[in-house]
Amino acid sequence: MSAQTILRTMVGFYIVLFFLFLFGPLIIMSVSAFNTPTFPQAYPFEAVTFRWFGQIFADGIMVGGILNSLYIGIGVVCVAVPIGLAGALVMTQIAPRLRPIYYTIVVSPVLTPGVILGISTLVFWDRLGTAIGADYDSLFYSGFFLTVLGQSTFISAYCMLVFLARLQRFDRTQEEAALDLGASHVQVFRKILVPFLRPAILSSAVLAFLASFENYNTTLFTIQSEATLTTVLAGRVRMGTQPDIAALAVIIIGVTIAGAIAYEIAKRREAARERADRDIARRATTDDLVWHRPAEAKAG
Amino acid sequence: MSETLLVLPALLLAGFGLAILLRRPAGAVGGPGFVERNGAVIAAYLVVAVGFWVLLMIVLPQLYMVDFSFRNNLPLPKQGGPEDVHTLKNYRYLLFGPEGSDQAFNWLHLKVFAKTIVASVLVTFFDFCLCYPIAYYIAQVARGGSSRLLFVCLLIPFWVNEILRAFAFRIIFGTSGVLNTVLIGMGILPPDAPIDFLRADVALYAGLSYAYVLMMVFPLYNAIESLDHNQIEAARDLGSPWWRIHWRVVMPHAKPGIASGCVMVFMLAAGALATPQILGGPSSLWFTQVIYDQFFQGANWPRGSAYAFVLLVSSIIFVMSAMRLFKVNLGDIAR
Amino acid sequence: MSANVELDHVTIRFADFTAVDDAHLRIEEGEFFSFLGPSGCGKTTILRTISGFLEPTEGSVRIGGRDMAGVGPNKRPTALIFQNLALFPLMSVADNIAFGLEVRGASRADRRRRADELLSLIALPNHGDKMVSALSGGQKQRVAIARALAVEPEVLLLDEPLSALDLRLRQHMRTELRTIQRRVGITFIYITHDQGEALTMSDRVAVMSNGVIQQVGSGPEVYNNPATAFVASFVGENNAFFGKVARAENGHAMLETSFGPLRGRNPKGLKPGEEAILFVRPEGLLLGAGNDANQFESEILANELEGSMVHVRLAGATPKAITVSLTNDGSAVAARPGARLKASFDPDRATILPKGPLADE
Repeated sequence: MSAQTILRTMVGFYIVLFFLFLFGPLIIMSVSAFNTPTFPQAYPFEAVTFRWFGQIFADGIMVGGILNSLYIGIGVVCVAVPIGLAGALVMTQIAPRLRPIYYTIVVSPVLTPGVILGISTLVFWDRLGTAIGADYDSLFYSGFFLTVLGQSTFISAYCMLVFLARLQRFDRTQEEAALDLGASHVQVFRKILVPFLRPAILSSAVLAFLASFENYNTTLFTIQSEATLTTVLAGRVRMGTQPDIAALAVIIIGVTIAGAIAYEIAKRREAARERADRDIARRATTDDLVWHRPAEAKAG
Repeated sequence: MSETLLVLPALLLAGFGLAILLRRPAGAVGGPGFVERNGAVIAAYLVVAVGFWVLLMIVLPQLYMVDFSFRNNLPLPKQGGPEDVHTLKNYRYLLFGPEGSDQAFNWLHLKVFAKTIVASVLVTFFDFCLCYPIAYYIAQVARGGSSRLLFVCLLIPFWVNEILRAFAFRIIFGTSGVLNTVLIGMGILPPDAPIDFLRADVALYAGLSYAYVLMMVFPLYNAIESLDHNQIEAARDLGSPWWRIHWRVVMPHAKPGIASGCVMVFMLAAGALATPQILGGPSSLWFTQVIYDQFFQGANWPRGSAYAFVLLVSSIIFVMSAMRLFKVNLGDIAR
Repeated sequence: MSANVELDHVTIRFADFTAVDDAHLRIEEGEFFSFLGPSGCGKTTILRTISGFLEPTEGSVRIGGRDMAGVGPNKRPTALIFQNLALFPLMSVADNIAFGLEVRGASRADRRRRADELLSLIALPNHGDKMVSALSGGQKQRVAIARALAVEPEVLLLDEPLSALDLRLRQHMRTELRTIQRRVGITFIYITHDQGEALTMSDRVAVMSNGVIQQVGSGPEVYNNPATAFVASFVGENNAFFGKVARAENGHAMLETSFGPLRGRNPKGLKPGEEAILFVRPEGLLLGAGNDANQFESEILANELEGSMVHVRLAGATPKAITVSLTNDGSAVAARPGARLKASFDPDRATILPKGPLADE
């Protein structure tokens, strides 16, 4: 056996091990979701049951947490996507001298531990509320409001990074062309910039929702008397392990895989369409030089 | 006190708005200003959105938290009173413990802090060693379809909640978990003496490494993927052994990705809360848990803020040293 | 409708860099006017000032007699064709063309009708529903023109729109642009660094260098009677002989050069003792001694055959060779590199201009 073959075998072995490490725990958890014992176990496998799936949806606190997570996720999308877009647009226009400072400030939440974002949001609004003597049922003390803000602090930065990547490919002369043809600034924004950014708006919205949905560190400090899916889950898991949580994980994994496949299909379709257009354009070059104008056409 | 609290944000907000409105892009003296360039409506949207974000969500909350960490823990009626003064006592507490304590230092909290930092560094290093070969393989060795498939496979666990991932480890490492069952079944362990992986923190370190593997793989992959494969071929052609190719060609090219991955994993590990709560042994704490307890068990928000600020400062120090060490800038790290 | 454009002592500065220095000219209604110059000479800055993306630092721009100060690009009666065309890739061809009408609130039917009209003008009927990415380079070019014409501008501004095309298509498009301009009858202001484009299409050309307009005139004027050393060396091939004026009389002058005394026209009225450059075109030079003393001797460096023409390169005073272009009648091809021979020219075909910077040196 040559050294090359040995190396290749070792690499292959390593890759298998790595993906086993990555998927093993998820597979074991998934198997335990279908196993009958009340303590989640994958081995020995006793009998197939779907009981734990039913239990999830019968659990009022869990369902309430899921609903709260959904509302907060939607709230975060509504706050973080517009802020991220504005942040990216300002980034492209800000004076070069100020750009590094601005970038450091707006990207810092991504690199700040989530607990600190939660704490600072909680402390800030609490003290502001105290200072103006706000009621305890006002926004300043609302777990929902604080959680949306706390999460949006860093999720806006995620969105901004998505927009910046897309804006790098934006040709600014398109804005100028639209202006030159008589469009107002709002029309340029609505008819040129937003359509161009649509894929980025979509993906940043999905990203924002998912990041919000699975957030725990920031939420734990800002949510106060309410509960989200993650805080409910963490509480349950800390107290003890039940197979219904494994069942929930199976649902989430299933949704993720379905999403990944849908995304992949959409991407391939897009690529195929672009290829087709390029083919048409290539064929069209042949008649560039035989352009004869019909005599009756008029303009101007 | 309460007046300053209100006036400060208002002043900053107004100043920020004015600065943007009056600013002209550098260079083009005759060029359009911010408002002319965007039109009044869009300019207002940009100023309001970014102003709200930068001031009310990023800068002021941090400043208020820092300010709060230098204050006494007072009940509501006493706030703004004569006792509401700045003090270092919250930081003193972290270092020396309660006044009159028989120990010279607050070993309990300091040890937790040191453990958190050291363990996070180790987790980061372990994840790097684990992920580098995979990232290299997917980026440079695997071709076309299989590379895409592997990449999608990496993405799936990424979107499974951190809590659920920790939960999976609990199923594996629990005293009656999969691992103990298997070990006992194989006769390696006696049936009556399963290993308590949770108490030994094995589950915690494994869980943390597992939780942030992907934050390491993606930046590494992106960085290595942009390397022209011909450079590797050229190095090989010149007779360089494989380890030297990595050391001299691939790793220098992937430096921004390495820095980014290490910073992300460290920050996430040091700031982790769910995984230590779920997988940590009953007697061992993570620093974030100490912070949490100050807030919601001790009801001492100023001290919690002080502890949070200490965590923030150590994170900043780590990011700065990583940037210095790898000679990269912030834009390379945050992508 | 067409309008004239006046630049009234326009100066444009960026920080401490002067991009355009005191441009003062008037472009007539219905004229095809070109700004010609090397990249960085300020011609694009002028165009962006006329279209309203820049405001002049000093002076004013008037279109149809109306001062444009404070009037944004979306309010001016101009339309700009961008160097990269800037077609909207997410819209169909018809939507691109009708965009200007859409933002003015025209109805869907009106927009469609106008788009169809313009599509037949640019000979792309039935292409309205295609996406821009499905068009060839030449088709995109035509769509960009149609999109600009759709808003019925009084002045059409073109920023090197042909530079992305290949040579053959570029030459073809020159004729087409000129034809369109005649048909629609509006003022065309064209920016280019390609003198061939400027000379073939334009009624008048403004030659620019370093932000300064060097000369304004028709193609033959600029080519035959250059006003500065820069224009002489930038527009067309030219041979330059450096020297000092020795004698000046009757509109002619004699220049003392390293090749001996050479005579030429003296349009600037240079006086004896002044530093000057004598320019004579390659096609103005003849091989062999002339019938008067206006001749010089040099060594043949190379002999290049280009079909109907032969270019003979002679050693000059500078590293740049002197070029003699002859009609290929078989005789000149015999000249061997290394041989020395005499060359001469008619003094009326040579121009003596004050010493100044040349193009590309």
